[in-house]
Amino acid sequence: MAPSVAERLLQRLGQPGAPAGLCSLDAAAQLGVDHQTLVGAVKSLQALGEVIEAEARTATRWELSAEGEEVLRDGSPEVRLFRSIPEEGLPQGEAVKLPGGSLGFSKAMANKWVRLDKGAAGGPRVHRAVPSVQDTVQEHLGQVRAGGSLPERERSELKRRKLLLEVTLKSYWIRKGSAFSTAVARPETELTPEMIATGSWRQLPFKPYNFSSLGLPPACGHLHPLLKVRSELRQIFLEMGFTEMPTENFVESSFWNFDALFQPQQHPARDQHDTFFLLDPAEAPQLPPGYYSKVKKVHSQGGYGSQGYRYEWKVEEARKNLLRTHTTSASARALFQLARQEKFTPVKYFSIDRVFRNESLDATHLAEFHQVEGLVADRGLTLGHLMGILRQFFTKLGTRG
Amino acid sequence: HCPDTRCWSPDLSGKCSHSSLAGVSPSVLGSADEEFDELCFEFGLELDEITSEKDIISKEKGEEKAKGASDVVLYKIDVPANRYDLLCLEGLVRGLQVFKERINLPRFEKIIPAEGEGQRLIITEQTAQIRPHAVAAVLRNITFTKDRYDSFIDLQEKLHQNICRKRALVAIGTHDLDTITGPFTYTAKAPSEIKFKPLSQSQEYTASQIMDLYRADSHLRHYLHLIENKPRYPVIYDSNGVVLSMPPIINGDHTKIRLNTRNVFIECTGTDITKAKIVLDIIVTMFSEYCEKPFTVEAVEVVYPNGKTHVYPELAYRTEKVKPEYINKKVGISETPSSLAKLLTRMCLKSHVTGNGNHIEIEIPPTRADIIHACDIVEDAAIAYGYNNIQMVIPKTYTIANQLPLNKFTELLRVDLAAAGFTEALTFALCSQEDIADKLRTDISATKAVRIANPKTAEFQVARTTLLPGLLKTIAANRKMPLPLKLFEISDVVVKDPNTDVGARNYRHLCAVYYNKSPGFEIIHGLLDRVMQVLEVPPNEENGYTIKAAEGTAFFPGRCAEVFAKGQSIGKLGVVHPDVITKFELTMPCSVLEINIEPFV
Repeated sequence: MAPSVAERLLQRLGQPGAPAGLCSLDAAAQLGVDHQTLVGAVKSLQALGEVIEAEARTATRWELSAEGEEVLRDGSPEVRLFRSIPEEGLPQGEAVKLPGGSLGFSKAMANKWVRLDKGAAGGPRVHRAVPSVQDTVQEHLGQVRAGGSLPERERSELKRRKLLLEVTLKSYWIRKGSAFSTAVARPETELTPEMIATGSWRQLPFKPYNFSSLGLPPACGHLHPLLKVRSELRQIFLEMGFTEMPTENFVESSFWNFDALFQPQQHPARDQHDTFFLLDPAEAPQLPPGYYSKVKKVHSQGGYGSQGYRYEWKVEEARKNLLRTHTTSASARALFQLARQEKFTPVKYFSIDRVFRNESLDATHLAEFHQVEGLVADRGLTLGHLMGILRQFFTKLGTRG
Repeated sequence: HCPDTRCWSPDLSGKCSHSSLAGVSPSVLGSADEEFDELCFEFGLELDEITSEKDIISKEKGEEKAKGASDVVLYKIDVPANRYDLLCLEGLVRGLQVFKERINLPRFEKIIPAEGEGQRLIITEQTAQIRPHAVAAVLRNITFTKDRYDSFIDLQEKLHQNICRKRALVAIGTHDLDTITGPFTYTAKAPSEIKFKPLSQSQEYTASQIMDLYRADSHLRHYLHLIENKPRYPVIYDSNGVVLSMPPIINGDHTKIRLNTRNVFIECTGTDITKAKIVLDIIVTMFSEYCEKPFTVEAVEVVYPNGKTHVYPELAYRTEKVKPEYINKKVGISETPSSLAKLLTRMCLKSHVTGNGNHIEIEIPPTRADIIHACDIVEDAAIAYGYNNIQMVIPKTYTIANQLPLNKFTELLRVDLAAAGFTEALTFALCSQEDIADKLRTDISATKAVRIANPKTAEFQVARTTLLPGLLKTIAANRKMPLPLKLFEISDVVVKDPNTDVGARNYRHLCAVYYNKSPGFEIIHGLLDRVMQVLEVPPNEENGYTIKAAEGTAFFPGRCAEVFAKGQSIGKLGVVHPDVITKFELTMPCSVLEINIEPFV
């Protein structure tokens, strides 16, 4: 592989008898590369640490502008104008059309090389005022081109006329650094299997890590945050010995959703505007035969120690299908099954599932949401037990209180 | 004063929260704000907000309009919907004062006038078709102030909204008795035959004209439909033909109650006699406080079409007998019988110990129509005891928890799908008809979808029969996210099923979508393979799963397959049809898998 510019630079510096320091401009010329390329090499060597020392320097130089090149070639405008004026002179209007133009004319007038005869017949006429002139501007530009220098005043004048440009040159003064070596040791970025196999990692320098930037995010799937909460709550119930109830019906009859829970048939919550009633299937085909008449009786007449609501209970109302407004209907079904067991066994049931309410949506209310429900059925339960279970549940959830 | 009637999830006994704006001045109870908050909490009421009329107007209409409004502190208290006795300031204060043992609950007395001296309300048979029931009572020598009068009107409005079900079940009319002469007749007449000057109007109108008159009224127009299309409208006259009211719409201006009114005739008409009686009881128990003989109510005799008579108000006191152990056991405390009796008395349920101390006799006053079972009494005892004083214990019920197999299965699958690099979505079960039919290039009649009768918007027309629209809509809402988008959802869809007791059932579906510059069928297919692998279902026909080329309206022709397992078709996978992609406002190709996972449980 051909040595890189950086390597060649190092070699030049490391040669016996090499000067103490190199100017980058000279070095570029000597190596035959573009100055910018050499600057690039200097920078990459700098990144390696103390291999070289590079001191930035600036120098200014004077160069001819494009216009200045033109003047050097063709002569300054005032001289060209002077040389174009014939013996007998020219009307002023024509004079400014000569090579050199109006700029040349005003300059020539200022130098008193031409004069204007205002009283001439046919309008003001321009005549030569001197027999010959010297093009000092052209000469000066030539001097600068040749590498010479000009007195300050002349130089400023040419700069003002935009014939000369002041150019800043950035260069580097390159010297050997404290860790100088002619070999360019490029640091490794990563450990490779070959390095492990050969043990070469022991000798190689490694580029330092940048620990302040972030790593690469893993390409993974995600679980939904609300459902993660559901999983957590489910777990709490299971740890407390609650068995999961089936809730696989979003569609429920008014009977199980309201009547079996003794919500009166004229209760506001059964209104059109709170509940989603169904168009199809509009009515539940089956209601539990023996049970529904018991429910009807308690609503309309009372019973089991209750006064009841004393109104006319209608079975058509109970048949109306809806999207369940709570999962308590599932709990009612579960308790109904429990009651039909031959022998009563104490139970703890729970469910977490979707419920529906037909209300106006706003920033904190949706038409569909989830309900968490738990129940304990046993003999001798008290309000204190209910409160105890609730406290235990929330303690496990992490609330303090 | 408009109460927020939005009901949250009603609990088992049908109680729900209902805001009541009761302007309770702290000096009435001698407590500061915090003390009052605590007191309400102990009593079982929630102090929602401490505000003032100025604050309210300021919030609704801006500070400019609020200038000059009252600065008096107002407490906004949430009252349970079945506690009609706490809906007005009078009742609330009374309840709290009894609770704090500052006063005893007053005893309400029904005064039956001597023969021939009392008021009578005669009901004719014409009312049977429209609004059959009526009850009435008189408050004698009452003294109104502006505050009392406002409270009186306010209570009627709250009762109308609450127990009266927006006047459909019961409507209340209150009249200055001195402007009319009994006996009164409650009948029903053709609209053209009824003519009177309604409250606050300047001229007479016929009933039909009144309907038109109030059609644009923001308050009354909601009640017109209760009688509008009936052949006869209800109307109450006095013996000189003066109209007291045309329930449930409006009273006559003639009987308008003013601040100097001394005798009030109250009538409640409706379709539910139980509720009419409760409403009348509540009004008279609350405001008889201001009669010359406080807490007395003059009875009115109601005469039915068949000639039978009944005296109202009921003002019934009912007695319940409860064993002290019953209360102690239900609550989880052990109080002596006399202590329990005292607790109940503080809750307006006057009680004393009977027998040899093994019974408590409780008198349930007419203000407590919410007590319908002994458990309601137990609840009040617990409130008076203080819930925070009850010891919290864990039931000794020993149970082994069981997971519902379908849910356990779902939980395991969710984790594996996320591990496969897909992201879980949670979408709505309700959607528009187009979402499950037109946009999927099929007809709604082919879907067996459950349809909603009263959707508020098109987004709630049907229950979803497939999870696909929800996921495609989720992608459409996330178009700016970097590709590929890989979503999944394991959740229920709803389908009509005549074999179930309600006529519909849920199915647990798994749906996954891959959305990218290329459809990625092999990725969705790979996901199916992975799911089957996790479920230990081998890729063969005899005892595992297979996929076969199939047609699907929502799929690109030639790139759709059906999945078979457990002896049935469980779903489809394939590249989504470009029309479907466009209809869901998407731009990239995508492939999808949707299967029913219940056969694998």
